[in-house]
Amino acid sequence: MALFRKKTDVISADLASQIGESEGLGVQLRRMARKNKLAVASAVFLALLILAAVFVPLLSPYDAVNGDASIRLQAPTAAHWLGTDEMGRDVLTRLLYGARISLAVGVVPTLISMVIGVALGVVAGYAGGKTDYIIMRLADVMLAFPSLLLAMVIMYTLGDGVMNIFLALALVGWASVARVARSETISLKETEYVQAARSIGVSPGRIILRHILPNCLPALIVLFTLNIPSAILSESSLSFLGVGVKLPNSSWGLMVNMGRQFLYNAPWISLAPSAAIMLVVLSCNFLGDGLRDALDPHLNNE
Amino acid sequence: MAEQILLEARGLVKEFPAKGRRKVHAVSDVDLTIRAGETLALVGESGCGKSTLGRTLIGLIPPTAGTVTFQGVDLTALSQRELAPYRRQMQLIFQDPYASLDPRMTVRDIVAEPLVTYGVCPDRAATTQRVRELLDAVGIPEEFLYRYPHQFSGGQRQRIGIARAIALRPRLIVCDEPVSALDVSVQSQILNLLKDLQERFALTYLFISHDLSVVRFMADRVAVMFLGRLCEIGGGADVYAHPLHPYTRFLLEAIPRADPRLRDDSRAILQGEIPSPIDPPAGCRFHTRCPYATDRCRTETPALRPLEDRLVACHRAEEL
Amino acid sequence: MDEYTLKIEHLSSGFFTERGYVPAVDDVSLTIGKGQVVGVVGESGCGKSMIARSVMGLLKYPGRITGGSIALAGRELTGLTDRQLQPIRGRDMAMIFQEPMTSLNPVVPVGRQMREALLLHEDMSRAAAREEVIRMLSHVGISEPEKRYNAYPHELSGGLRQRVMIAMAMICKPKLLIADEPTTALDVTIEAQILRLIRDLSRETGMSVLLISHNLGVIAQMCDKVYVMYAGRIVEQADALTLFDRCAHPYTRGLMDSVIRLDASPRRLPAIGGVVPNLLRLPAGCAFAPRCPHAGEKCRAERPELDQIGPGHWCRCFEGRRS
Repeated sequence: MALFRKKTDVISADLASQIGESEGLGVQLRRMARKNKLAVASAVFLALLILAAVFVPLLSPYDAVNGDASIRLQAPTAAHWLGTDEMGRDVLTRLLYGARISLAVGVVPTLISMVIGVALGVVAGYAGGKTDYIIMRLADVMLAFPSLLLAMVIMYTLGDGVMNIFLALALVGWASVARVARSETISLKETEYVQAARSIGVSPGRIILRHILPNCLPALIVLFTLNIPSAILSESSLSFLGVGVKLPNSSWGLMVNMGRQFLYNAPWISLAPSAAIMLVVLSCNFLGDGLRDALDPHLNNE
Repeated sequence: MAEQILLEARGLVKEFPAKGRRKVHAVSDVDLTIRAGETLALVGESGCGKSTLGRTLIGLIPPTAGTVTFQGVDLTALSQRELAPYRRQMQLIFQDPYASLDPRMTVRDIVAEPLVTYGVCPDRAATTQRVRELLDAVGIPEEFLYRYPHQFSGGQRQRIGIARAIALRPRLIVCDEPVSALDVSVQSQILNLLKDLQERFALTYLFISHDLSVVRFMADRVAVMFLGRLCEIGGGADVYAHPLHPYTRFLLEAIPRADPRLRDDSRAILQGEIPSPIDPPAGCRFHTRCPYATDRCRTETPALRPLEDRLVACHRAEEL
Repeated sequence: MDEYTLKIEHLSSGFFTERGYVPAVDDVSLTIGKGQVVGVVGESGCGKSMIARSVMGLLKYPGRITGGSIALAGRELTGLTDRQLQPIRGRDMAMIFQEPMTSLNPVVPVGRQMREALLLHEDMSRAAAREEVIRMLSHVGISEPEKRYNAYPHELSGGLRQRVMIAMAMICKPKLLIADEPTTALDVTIEAQILRLIRDLSRETGMSVLLISHNLGVIAQMCDKVYVMYAGRIVEQADALTLFDRCAHPYTRGLMDSVIRLDASPRRLPAIGGVVPNLLRLPAGCAFAPRCPHAGEKCRAERPELDQIGPGHWCRCFEGRRS
């Protein structure tokens, strides 16, 4: 059945292509850098944080595990920028060591759940019918279950340890990713360029790899950046409930919870990791927005 | 021109499921032949099923009933795998040049896609060379090879879509409203290009359009469709000069003529809306809008029958 | 009281983009008399829709009016705030768009949307407004208006939706109706119905119409006076008969030649070569010169002015004066 496209779309796109010029990815990113200062600042912040977390043994003169009992619960000073905790350990040093686990917990399980979710979601969306039904009912079951409870059950079964946190959070997270990937795929499947590929006789696998996935990318990048903070927060909750990271290791969630009892006398102990979580969450969101705008080919000519 | 039949449809039916166990009767009992080397135009208003018919003919949508024979082979009897070598010979050009090209692929990759799919060229360099030739044939300068679709105007994009369609040297190309999203001046360029390519590559076109002027220029023969059924098939000049089916007549009458002297407010225009293809009217599907409808038209479906120099599906074609 | 329903003088509007100013409308003057149907014709991107949006005060960021004046029945519209324009839009001037679906709220029945529009501008009871809406719906040729009153936009066909849009635009009896490609999304038999409806309404109520279209057929059938636009400027203006009989500008000529004749089958169509120029980098001389078959040295160096070449016939071409 003939669908008449709105002429207005054509007009604005035409105007856009009139004033458009050839540009590569580098140009696009550079434009983002110029236009979206917030995204760039976020990227710089995250990069510095990662570098600091990696090189913290070289940067900090303090020990993260064994403290100096003589300087317990000290307020921030020139020697201890963020003060010390109840065992006389430098909060900044612990914060940077904690960043290793917290950032890893943010990124690794999110990546795993993205891979599983995108694979299942795209297949469900493209194949439709029974395949779609089975995969999506499975996802519904996952979503219907309280995710924290599910993660706890998995942690109890598998035992403690960072690896198991990765696994638990990945298993909890894939369903929502699958939903987004599926709905993106279904709308992309109806586009004329996918129809065109089908009419040529391109195989479904190739259509998914060449046409569907690259065009899902903006939505997936945004989802990725949004899921990182929620993974970081889930880890904090698990650690608080005693099934996550165990002492003497540290993660931000654990630090917030340990510092809770000193909130009145030494608020810096939990405020510092709280602020760190907030900054990372915000940075991820800003960066995600910036990337989405930069990667959308339709917005490039504005 | 040899009167060799390239594609033939017999009793073709396509129904889609609709809400509540009802059906959309997109294509109903269509018989159609396309001769090698000709341009057959399929005209009708939106929702008349012309796009569905076009896609069913080239095997992109499986028919509910009926057969499609291409060069003597019944395509409807073939599996997807067996269909592949025939699908190569039948390509599609789309209406919307802004939606039919993948925004994330370069022009080279878009035009190369059919070549790569069928392994036409031995290596990457040969493929690129072939793409250059194809772009040259449709008038896209080769320095644009690595640009993205959004960097082109509508007309240029449609040229790229055409290059992709002719890449496999098909016999039949279904052009689905190829110029209706383009400006008038660009439209002429694209229509001329299609005619040139037809001559150069011995192409056969099924030209689907709602624009009767464009069809007049392109078509050797015209098939008029209303609500899933064919009303009239005949030579282009004949149908335009002397339409036999009342619907064809109203359709031609309704074209706004580019001449203020031909303004005539007393001219009869077709009243009412197009009925829904879900539960279409019984008998002749046009009877709800037809001022000449009789009781027979309301009950008995008119068959497509030979009259004068063409085929017409109207009980009262002779008297009107 | 001004004799013109709409008088646009030296209007310029455009977009302020990162790459610079895009002059979408450049020094356009246009008048519409009472009850007149005036057409603006041109290809996409020529600025014809920008004129409509400038008049309605509906320019979207980064678009802005940069100069000139727009007077509706003698009242200056440029410089008014959106708040000041609000009561004028809908009551004194109304607009219908190409795709009615996008300008109707999908979750509110069409009748209620029309009633709200009416109550916004007129002081009347809800029941009286409902009566008026139903009267208007039947006036634009919608059968069973009581039933359609409660219909949602998606339950109506494209043609009916456009009728609803027209009824909605007409409900406060505006002095000016702006129709931006009102039939481009419609089928040809429905197009004929809608065009006739607009003409009849204009005749009955003395309403002026600004009709924007790319289709010369629609323009020829509807308009008393026609403006041809190219790259943001008016290149020719004349009454419809003069324009279609003896157009002077090579661009108008090219457009006329591109119209496919139904009574002949040429092997090739005359086409205007080349592409519409980039508005950011307009050529120094005449904007059409790069595509013009008659362009000379002067055309490439100097911008031609809009000159009168006959009664009510104006053309922006160095060569046109002679023809």
